[in-house]
Amino acid sequence: MNRAGRKVFCLATAIFLAAFQISCQRPLSNVESGNRDQVLHLGNGTEPQGLDPHIVTGVPEHNILSALLEGLVTEDPKTLQPQPGAAESWTISPDGLVYTFRLRKNARWSNGDAHTAQDYVYSFRRILNPALGAQYAYMLHVLRGARAFNEGKSKVAWETVGVEALDDHTLRLTLEHPTPYFLELLNHYSFWPVHPGTIERFGAFEKRGTPWTRPGNFVGNGAFVLHEWRVNSRIIATPNPHYWGAANVALKAIHFYPIDSADTEERAYRSGFIHRTQTVPIHRIDDLRERRPGEIKFETYLGTYFYRLNVTKKPLDDARVRRALALSVDRAGLVSNITRGGQQPAFHFCPPGTGGFTAGVGLKYDVEEAKRLIADYLKATGQSRVPPIEILYNTSESHKVIAEAIQGMWRDKLGLDVKLLNQEWKVYLDSVMQANYLTSRAGWIGDYNDPNTFLDMWLTDGGNNNTGWTHARYDELIRQASRAPDIAARLACFREAEEILAREVPVVPLYFYVNVTMRHPSVQGWHPNVLDHHPYQHVRLKAP
Amino acid sequence: MQTSLSRFILVRLLQALPVLFIIATLTFFMVRLAPGGPFSGEKKIPKEIQANIEAHYGFDKPLHVQYVRYMGHLLRGDLGPSFKYVGWDVAELIRRSFPVSLQLGVFALLIALGLGLPAGIIAALHKNTAADYVPMGMAMVGICLPTFVMGPLLILLFSSGLGWFSPMGWYSWRDLVLPSLTLGLYYAAYIARLTRGGMLEVLSQDYIRTARAKGASTSRLVFVHALRGALQPVITFLGPAMAGLISGSFIIETIFFIPGLGRFFVNAAFNRDYTMVIGTVLFYAVLILALNLIVDIVQAVLNPKSRLE
Amino acid sequence: MSTATPTTPAPEGASLWHDAWLRLRQNRMAVAGFVIFAGITLLCLFGPTFFTRHAYDKTQLEAHFKNPDATHWFGTDALGRDVFIRVLKGGQISLAVGFLATAVSILIGVTYGACSGYVGGKLDALMMRAVDILYSLPFTIFVILLMVIFGRNFILLFIAIGAVEWLTMARIVRGQVLVLKHAEFVEAARALGYSTPRILAHHILPNLLGPVIIYATLTVPAVMLLEAVLSFLGLGVQSPMSSWGLLIQEGAEKMDIYPWLLIFPALFFSATLFSLNFIGDGLRDALDPRAAKD
Repeated sequence: MNRAGRKVFCLATAIFLAAFQISCQRPLSNVESGNRDQVLHLGNGTEPQGLDPHIVTGVPEHNILSALLEGLVTEDPKTLQPQPGAAESWTISPDGLVYTFRLRKNARWSNGDAHTAQDYVYSFRRILNPALGAQYAYMLHVLRGARAFNEGKSKVAWETVGVEALDDHTLRLTLEHPTPYFLELLNHYSFWPVHPGTIERFGAFEKRGTPWTRPGNFVGNGAFVLHEWRVNSRIIATPNPHYWGAANVALKAIHFYPIDSADTEERAYRSGFIHRTQTVPIHRIDDLRERRPGEIKFETYLGTYFYRLNVTKKPLDDARVRRALALSVDRAGLVSNITRGGQQPAFHFCPPGTGGFTAGVGLKYDVEEAKRLIADYLKATGQSRVPPIEILYNTSESHKVIAEAIQGMWRDKLGLDVKLLNQEWKVYLDSVMQANYLTSRAGWIGDYNDPNTFLDMWLTDGGNNNTGWTHARYDELIRQASRAPDIAARLACFREAEEILAREVPVVPLYFYVNVTMRHPSVQGWHPNVLDHHPYQHVRLKAP
Repeated sequence: MQTSLSRFILVRLLQALPVLFIIATLTFFMVRLAPGGPFSGEKKIPKEIQANIEAHYGFDKPLHVQYVRYMGHLLRGDLGPSFKYVGWDVAELIRRSFPVSLQLGVFALLIALGLGLPAGIIAALHKNTAADYVPMGMAMVGICLPTFVMGPLLILLFSSGLGWFSPMGWYSWRDLVLPSLTLGLYYAAYIARLTRGGMLEVLSQDYIRTARAKGASTSRLVFVHALRGALQPVITFLGPAMAGLISGSFIIETIFFIPGLGRFFVNAAFNRDYTMVIGTVLFYAVLILALNLIVDIVQAVLNPKSRLE
Repeated sequence: MSTATPTTPAPEGASLWHDAWLRLRQNRMAVAGFVIFAGITLLCLFGPTFFTRHAYDKTQLEAHFKNPDATHWFGTDALGRDVFIRVLKGGQISLAVGFLATAVSILIGVTYGACSGYVGGKLDALMMRAVDILYSLPFTIFVILLMVIFGRNFILLFIAIGAVEWLTMARIVRGQVLVLKHAEFVEAARALGYSTPRILAHHILPNLLGPVIIYATLTVPAVMLLEAVLSFLGLGVQSPMSSWGLLIQEGAEKMDIYPWLLIFPALFFSATLFSLNFIGDGLRDALDPRAAKD
């Protein structure tokens, strides 16, 4: 080798080594350093709409607020059974109307202030105050007189509402009707308390959007406090030293990242940026199942994916056509080939096991029967062809492939003329609410673990019915269920209601949700449950 | 020249006021006419609660009353609170996210100009040779790979493959590289094509032929004579392109998880965040007006024949 | 103001066009571009009726994401549909949108820009501020309103695309005209008392062709991709139909697992753009009024 050649060789080696070093000296990933320092990094969907529990309405907001605030009761991380939270115990009157909570004497706000029953009165009054315009105020309408107060009719006095502080540590809540799922409801953030002093300091009681939710200002009673908030970048929560259970909190910080794009989030996970994703893109499921079998999780989620049928429009005004549509969908093929997350085919509306209730099988996959129904319909109405059917969905790749698959099934199996129509989210919502569609894609996530959150939707005056379907017996059954003397009678009501749905088919249930996520093996104390709730005080990190 | 230039700028600045006023007005009514509101969601809210929210924001008043009120705030420089991001002011969100987009945009612009201009000039000087086909072929590849393909492709190569960069985030200087490259390559392709075209146009002009006949060197030919005429389409293109670059790209910011302004632009419209839509639109309009003004001035300076009009 | 509509070439121009045609035919790259382009267009137009083994909307759920093989030349997608036929079908939409919308943008942009630049003064200021306004208005909301008011309609697609794509074209043309109108040959024509339409059509327009052609070849891909964005808003092509823009968009994030979903539509898209580009360059050279002197 001549001199020049040696020089080139040395240079090349040097460059190679430098490049090698760059790749070796990469700083520890978030997951690596997080496992060392007990810092949990979470993908959290979208930027939260805010952190005021009385204003916000979404899941990402819940995930953050559940670190910062605590309700009267919390839930068991595995079974979701109500557990003492800010209240250490409670009693329920025999008629199921009066709940009396004993608050923990050792509970404190994150600024060290005492945590009293009056704070809850203040909080409930705030969210129910019509001037605040809280969307989720209706969750509190189970309280006696709350609805009238919230609707501001004829200046109802606050004293008529069933919320009362008997002393500093005793809170009495009186309900309108017995509500078997009331304790579960209390774990919804609309029931969580806010710190009166802070609310007042940053503006009036009825003002939305004051800076009280900013880091440094936010005072909560949860296991963590708000430390940093960079919009569209990250939110950091650190332990609250005044939390009554602070001794058992293992995490030193939680970082929430609002990563909108599922593909970006999945890349973030693979590069060790986050411990857990909020979702997984459908087209990656097969690949991840193969390559990271221990990390991809399929967890039942309290939700149903379905198609609404507008019963006021032809040809869906005829129950035979509606039933034929429901019978000709190959749900097993749909979940195994399209959604691929181990979703359960839905042959009734309410997810199995919701609050201990599972409906009998109402629908099935029966193309012959469907064809017969269509033939009957054509004969009875003297038509030669079924009028065209249009499927409305909001733009998204996953809704699109499902709609295309269903279109194929209805076309190939029943010979129907099926068109697809996609709209941008808010336009779609508008079309659905004005019943300006024929069939429309929808999903429903339970607000609490009870069949009522699914089945009261199809009441004649149900705000989310939107199908024009009305059935007197159904309405009666749902009302009976809320006043049923015992659980068996209550479930019987729901069972019959589901039978009516399967016969009348205002809605075609397709599958029950499964939450598909990636979770790093180092995350301990994180238990799958149908609400995807994970109280962070139970979570710790342990490098495998 | 000095006085005519300052007069020209003054006139344009005066023109900007009615233009901004028209943009604000049109946007106000357009966004209100669109179906759905900032508070419509999958779960319907009881009528009375809907009324409470609308009363809180004054939506229960007639539209023209709301318009007058909004414009009143605007005149005082108040863009109002965001409807979607409760607790944040529109101006504050823009102030926080614009520097991010600006940084990204400036780097992308440098890449675009640094690659595009030389490629276009070289190609034009060596028309129909390898030195033309190679850079122009690469430019075509840049045009054929839109940012939503280029982004994941670069991530695949340099992040998943070589492990040099993080696939997303905005936390260190390294995070600047892939997104600005993605954005820059796309614009570089446009600039290269436009530069080559402009150069060819000018190189066949009589005065260049004369200069060439007189034995002017190639570099002198390019930099003294040709470029000023050739860049006219490039500069015109750059006005709105720069406004687009520094106000952020939704696609890039989403793919790379960057807290820039581009995400607000698009999401504001989807969320029907009325104040945010008008705020971002006005911000963008100011950029467009300013950059188009600069473009017109630069062109007048480069081409003494075209007067400032 | 119709002064700038290109008039039919004057008699003395006939030989000019003829010469241009001859020059174009001698340009090998341009001819190759034309052949490729014609091939793709014909394949997209007639392919789906010729290759009838698969239909673009025939779903076979069990056969999803199949590698390319002898049955499915380009593999299958998430619903087991044949990607080859879908690329051809998508080409019909993309080519139609690409050309019609670009033509609309050229027509409006050149007319508008030439008027604005040539007339100048107050009218120019007014017209250019109108362009600034149109640049700034929120496009998403504009499209949503179009759909709400007029319903879904293929013509709306061109209006929506035309509304954004002519703006830069108009500004480029105006910039050129500002320079050209003070050029000696235009001054001379004016001194000879020629009418404004004649000056615009015979003296200014031929000199605009270069930048217009180049910017038009850049507009075609932009338009084809914009169509995919509009589909998101519910305008544009309706599933199960597709377009190159949509296929590329859907394939982009799957490139590392199911590369054929990106590669094949991207190949067709790129080949079309490359060939157009060569045709454009050839046309520009052929039509260059000064090139004849070489």
